[in-house]
Amino acid sequence: MLEKLILNHYEIAAVILSGIGLMNLLLQRNLIRKIIGLNIMNTAVYLLFAAKGYNAEYPPVPAGLILTGIVVTVSVTTFALALTLKLYETYGTLNIDEALMKMTLQQEELEAKIEAQEEELIS
Amino acid sequence: MNEEIKAIWKSLFDWVMGNGPRPENEVIPDEPPPDLPFTRKPKDKYSRFHEATLKERYNQWLEIHGLHMFSSLYSGISVLTCIVIVSLLLATVSELPSLSDERNLANNEIIRRYVERGGKETGAQNIVAGLILNYRAFNTFGESAVLFTAAVSVLMLLGASRRNNADDEQSMKGNDSGKNFMQRGPPSVRLHTFRRDDAILRGTASISIPVILIMGCVIIINGHLLSGGAILSTALILCANAYDFERVHKFFNEQIFITITSTSLMIYALSNIFNGGLILLPNICIGLIVAGTLYGFYALLSEGEI
Amino acid sequence: MIDSFAFNIPFISIFLAMIAAIITPLLPKQNRIPENLSCCVIGIIGILSAYLLYALTNSGQSLSFNFKIGNFPVPYGNELKAGPLEAVLSLFFSLSMLLSLTGNFSSTEEDIAPNRRQLFCVLVNLIMSSLLAMTYTNDIFTAYVFIEISTIAACSIVAVKESPETARAALRYLVMSLVGSGLILIVICLLYNLTGHLIMQNMHIAIQVLVSAKSYIMPLTVSLALITTGLAVKSALYPFSFWLPDAHGSSTNLSSAILSGLVLKGHIFLLIKIFYRVFGLDVIHALRMDTVIFILGLLAMIMGSVHALRQTNVKRMIAWSSVAQVGYIFLGVGLNTTAGIAAACLHIIVHACVKPMLITAAGGLSNAAGHKKGLHALMGTFYSNVWAGLGFMAGAFSMMGIPAFAGFASKLSLTMASFDHPVIVWSLAALAASSVLNALYYVPAVIVILTHNKNMNNNFSAPPPTRLYKISMTCFLALNFYLGLFCMPLLRLITRGVNVL
Repeated sequence: MLEKLILNHYEIAAVILSGIGLMNLLLQRNLIRKIIGLNIMNTAVYLLFAAKGYNAEYPPVPAGLILTGIVVTVSVTTFALALTLKLYETYGTLNIDEALMKMTLQQEELEAKIEAQEEELIS
Repeated sequence: MNEEIKAIWKSLFDWVMGNGPRPENEVIPDEPPPDLPFTRKPKDKYSRFHEATLKERYNQWLEIHGLHMFSSLYSGISVLTCIVIVSLLLATVSELPSLSDERNLANNEIIRRYVERGGKETGAQNIVAGLILNYRAFNTFGESAVLFTAAVSVLMLLGASRRNNADDEQSMKGNDSGKNFMQRGPPSVRLHTFRRDDAILRGTASISIPVILIMGCVIIINGHLLSGGAILSTALILCANAYDFERVHKFFNEQIFITITSTSLMIYALSNIFNGGLILLPNICIGLIVAGTLYGFYALLSEGEI
Repeated sequence: MIDSFAFNIPFISIFLAMIAAIITPLLPKQNRIPENLSCCVIGIIGILSAYLLYALTNSGQSLSFNFKIGNFPVPYGNELKAGPLEAVLSLFFSLSMLLSLTGNFSSTEEDIAPNRRQLFCVLVNLIMSSLLAMTYTNDIFTAYVFIEISTIAACSIVAVKESPETARAALRYLVMSLVGSGLILIVICLLYNLTGHLIMQNMHIAIQVLVSAKSYIMPLTVSLALITTGLAVKSALYPFSFWLPDAHGSSTNLSSAILSGLVLKGHIFLLIKIFYRVFGLDVIHALRMDTVIFILGLLAMIMGSVHALRQTNVKRMIAWSSVAQVGYIFLGVGLNTTAGIAAACLHIIVHACVKPMLITAAGGLSNAAGHKKGLHALMGTFYSNVWAGLGFMAGAFSMMGIPAFAGFASKLSLTMASFDHPVIVWSLAALAASSVLNALYYVPAVIVILTHNKNMNNNFSAPPPTRLYKISMTCFLALNFYLGLFCMPLLRLITRGVNVL
């Protein structure tokens, strides 16, 4: 087992990197760090592709897939950044927990406002 | 010993979290009392002494600790998931066959044909370009469609909202109670402004932009996919930074952005449908799509408009 | 043999939707041109799929065919595969999309800023195209690319409405989806390394070789588990479904209808294809994945309904009910028999037709109550918008599984599929419990909308439903009763389709 692990060091590095990326994507509360985690994860998967597909004689298929995948990652990253910008404009924070807290407060204010309006209407 | 480990851990933690160095005589203040977002107004129902029931105490506790507990539960579960996934993958990749192995099924006729007959069948100099533009052209079309989707989404989220903010508010007034309450960003304030009359940048740009443009065109025509388009968009970004955004805006505004992207994608789709084994036309189209969208992404994210 | 026009239909329909998406930004925005173009194209796709279905069932011999894209034959090029099941699914997907588009026309115009509507139509067309591509494709990497298209487009149609919570909900959805896509990409890498193919049928042959030689069982199991997790995250199977109610509660009605009715279903059908076409049912059984899916399906059926019971917002309630319905589909997949998968596909169709109707109707009702979404605010709205009220009642009864409504047919076929199966006790108990739980939250909702509201403020008058709304609601109701009363020929067709999947 250990011998195999040492022999496949590219793959092991790729898997550990993708684990780090996944962890960042799930655990970071700051959205920019989440997006960085996403990029680490996807790049690690491409490293895995390259490591497993590399052969001095026949390189092409993984290279083509990685080219396609990179563009997909770029698009997804940009879209996530745009959403983050939108969130920042709305709440003034990049932290997803703080955004939740502010949203709850705002909703409570809104509910209180609506209740007050309804009471006025009834009276 | 224990203190040392703690100090090392602290510095490692600081490094990971991106905090600055701690001063020697740091005093950690007591934690401020937590904000209570979920607390309702206190009810003075009980005039005499009332011992809180278990449920009330539970609710109180939940209001203070609920969010914190949820987030720690979430992080616990995610750490566990990540560890499980990583260890499974570690076990898996150490078992996977290597490509030079003769018994490996991946070592099959497909890549052999790509390498041996790819040049003849597709007319491409580069095997990878032949692969993505001809053998697996549909995937590449999907990939350009992903770029197009992202461009349309970002344009809708950032561009369309700021350009005609005043119109929106007119037409959306009074539709939803949530809307009156909503806070919008200021319509045309740039998020990130810096001085653009940098002589060094300008001097460099005036020399390098033509070189970059020629380089991009050469690469697009020669068939190393994508990097050509990205290089063209670099020239545009450099132009916008060195001179003025408005200057690029004059010849590359939203209408032109949409026209270029859609038209090239259209031509690419048509060449995909009536595939005649062309490789130059799709190559140019993809280069234009990538150049347009990457510059569009840059402009929308940094300036808020194209 | 089928004629050459029908032979081209899968490819044509994917490209029609894609070209409609590409050409929309170039067209003028006035006079609802983008919306009308989308409706026309989706209608044409529906007609083409119906013709494909007709041609396939009357061809006599082979029920399915492969269509090569590009100049090169299969292991080298790219391929689509079409059979009766794919044709039926794309027919119902396009029908459901068309009816949700027409039904939510006016609410979309209210919710979405005018300068965003054109781009919104582009995204709807892109979602349609990616759904069709996921349905027809025979290449796993193409499936991945189109999954990403549908992810980005679905997230941005959630975020299209300008309200405080949409950006947050869309981000949450995006993060969960991206975890799913990352897992799918890793699995594609592993499977490519193991089998050397990206075409599903060739992968199947290679996997059969590997399994019969008892080699690489561990990598195969891990790949299967991870791709199931990835697609389950995207299709909101219970433990991974907490993003769905947020995304529903804050978005416009059309986005919820598309998300819940169609986008989730595309991913589930892709999972079914991976189970049936890439791995094969015996391999799935040998690797014990069927049990896991079955248990997760049971959990989703119960827990989705339990969560729905506690909601006060009608759209969040419908979203949790979607989670429960996804559980039914996974229950059928977990039975791991042809009949089970056919029942699951029937439930995909039923849910794709009923859930948009329910959401459209709920949108009409909350319009009548003055844009309030709380359940208590809907009191008495049946009388101000009868069409929406009828649609809501039909949808609710269908979700409960009352005979003659659409949900009954699929529940019946799920029951029948589990008869000759060792897990019959569990699936019957779960079906019964879940139906009772469904009734527990849908019946009060129906009673609320039927109760006269005495202190409804009279100075608010909702606009009457438009003609388009009435037409699409009528079509939805007709579809509902068709599926409820005459579903047996459809089920036979689906079973034939599953056999040649």
